[in-house]
Amino acid sequence: MTMDLQSCVTIEKEWDIVKARQLGREVAQKAGFGTVDQARIATAISELARNIYLYTDGGKLCFEIIDNVEQKGISMLSVDNGPGIEDISQVMEDGYSTSGGLGAGLPGVKRLVDQFDIQSEKGKGTEIRAVKWVR
Amino acid sequence: MDNKFKEIVLENSDTIVQKWLDEIDAAKNGNYSVSISDELFESTNREFVNIIFSSIKDQGETKNLKEFAEKLINLGWQVSYITDGLQVFRRVTIDFILSQSDQIDTKYISELLQSVDGWVEPVIRQFVNEYSGNWENIVSLQRVALQELSAPLIPVIDNITVMPLIGTIDTERAKLIMEELLEGVIKHNSEVVLIDITGVPVVDTMVAHHIIQAAEAVRLIGATCILVGIRPEIAQTIVNLGIDLGKFPTKSSLRKGFIKALEITGRRIVDSGKKDDAMEELIDSLGGE
Ligand SMILES: Nc1ncnc2c1ncn2[C@@H]1O[C@H](COP(=O)(O)OP(=O)(O)OP(=O)(O)O)[C@@H](O)[C@H]1O
Ligand SMILES: [Mg+2]
Repeated sequence: MTMDLQSCVTIEKEWDIVKARQLGREVAQKAGFGTVDQARIATAISELARNIYLYTDGGKLCFEIIDNVEQKGISMLSVDNGPGIEDISQVMEDGYSTSGGLGAGLPGVKRLVDQFDIQSEKGKGTEIRAVKWVR
Repeated sequence: MDNKFKEIVLENSDTIVQKWLDEIDAAKNGNYSVSISDELFESTNREFVNIIFSSIKDQGETKNLKEFAEKLINLGWQVSYITDGLQVFRRVTIDFILSQSDQIDTKYISELLQSVDGWVEPVIRQFVNEYSGNWENIVSLQRVALQELSAPLIPVIDNITVMPLIGTIDTERAKLIMEELLEGVIKHNSEVVLIDITGVPVVDTMVAHHIIQAAEAVRLIGATCILVGIRPEIAQTIVNLGIDLGKFPTKSSLRKGFIKALEITGRRIVDSGKKDDAMEELIDSLGGE
């Protein structure tokens, strides 16, 4: 299995979300995703990045191309040192939001990608890994 | 020591300037824009080297620097012209002073480097200040320009208004869109507003939420909002996100939305019998005034 050098965007200001989307789109293009999947990837990145912007003091999003024998794809890693999420099954429910949002972000990301792992520890932070494969 | 070096440089300024000009000229071909005429390049170089020398003479006072920097910025020259030029000046000057000195030891060289750096430093600092001040200026001007563009409202015909959105929507812009929308609906007495999102690159939950809220607010003041210009990939991601847009009408294109809007306002397109597409004609006649 070979992996490209990881590229990351630090999320502190709102416009960092746009930066993350752009970088993610570039990586997705390089990996060979079509327009629809590129839009899905950009949207997933937008959700993860905005959550970092809204709920933590900062974090980052990192992208890399996964290229192994069977398949090619993109890995999106969201890492923050925020307050963490106590009840993961609750935030994964459609409509749950503590900020008056739609509460569609995290469950939406899960549906937009092929693989979705979330780990969180209260007071320590949250780590989310989302993978999408090229079809 | 510094004064002695300064004396050498000022007394031999003609020689040093010539060496500097020669080197800069040689670098021109490889580096700077080809569209610069020789005369302009030469006169600019002269002006530049005069500024350097007057700064050395007047202990870092740089009288004409501001004007000069403005001129370069307007010409669109890169800041590397300045930094390269000063680098060359540094090298030429050090070489020259060394060639004029008979006793050279490490202490001498270290003092020489310190002196020359001390001359160059204020010039660099002020140029960089000028350049970056100018950039900040441009950025803030562009911000204002963008803000004016960010939520345009076009009253197409009586009671029908279009808001074409182009570009990224952040929180600030989303608020602006909402305000302009409500104000515009009242001002133009609109019955139907078409929000066209063809030019919005990403519709995430935040953008969707704001659009839903805007549509809801428009409904509360008695008008109808139609969302148009939903590109196929955007439609798919909205569905994946699980966002329900069922509460208000959506159309794939502005054209279909417009026909719907005519319907809502009790009008319809009459085919005047010619073969041409009636909608095409209508749009043409709109532009024909
Ligand atoms: N990185 C994070 N750190 C801490 N809490 C988070 C983080 N991401 C999400 N949450 C919590 O999970 C909740 C659900 O997140 P989700 O993105 O699904 O919805 P939302 O952000 O509230 O609304 P939206 O639909 O606009 O995304 C948030 O309201 C927030 O309380
Ligand atoms: Mg969210």
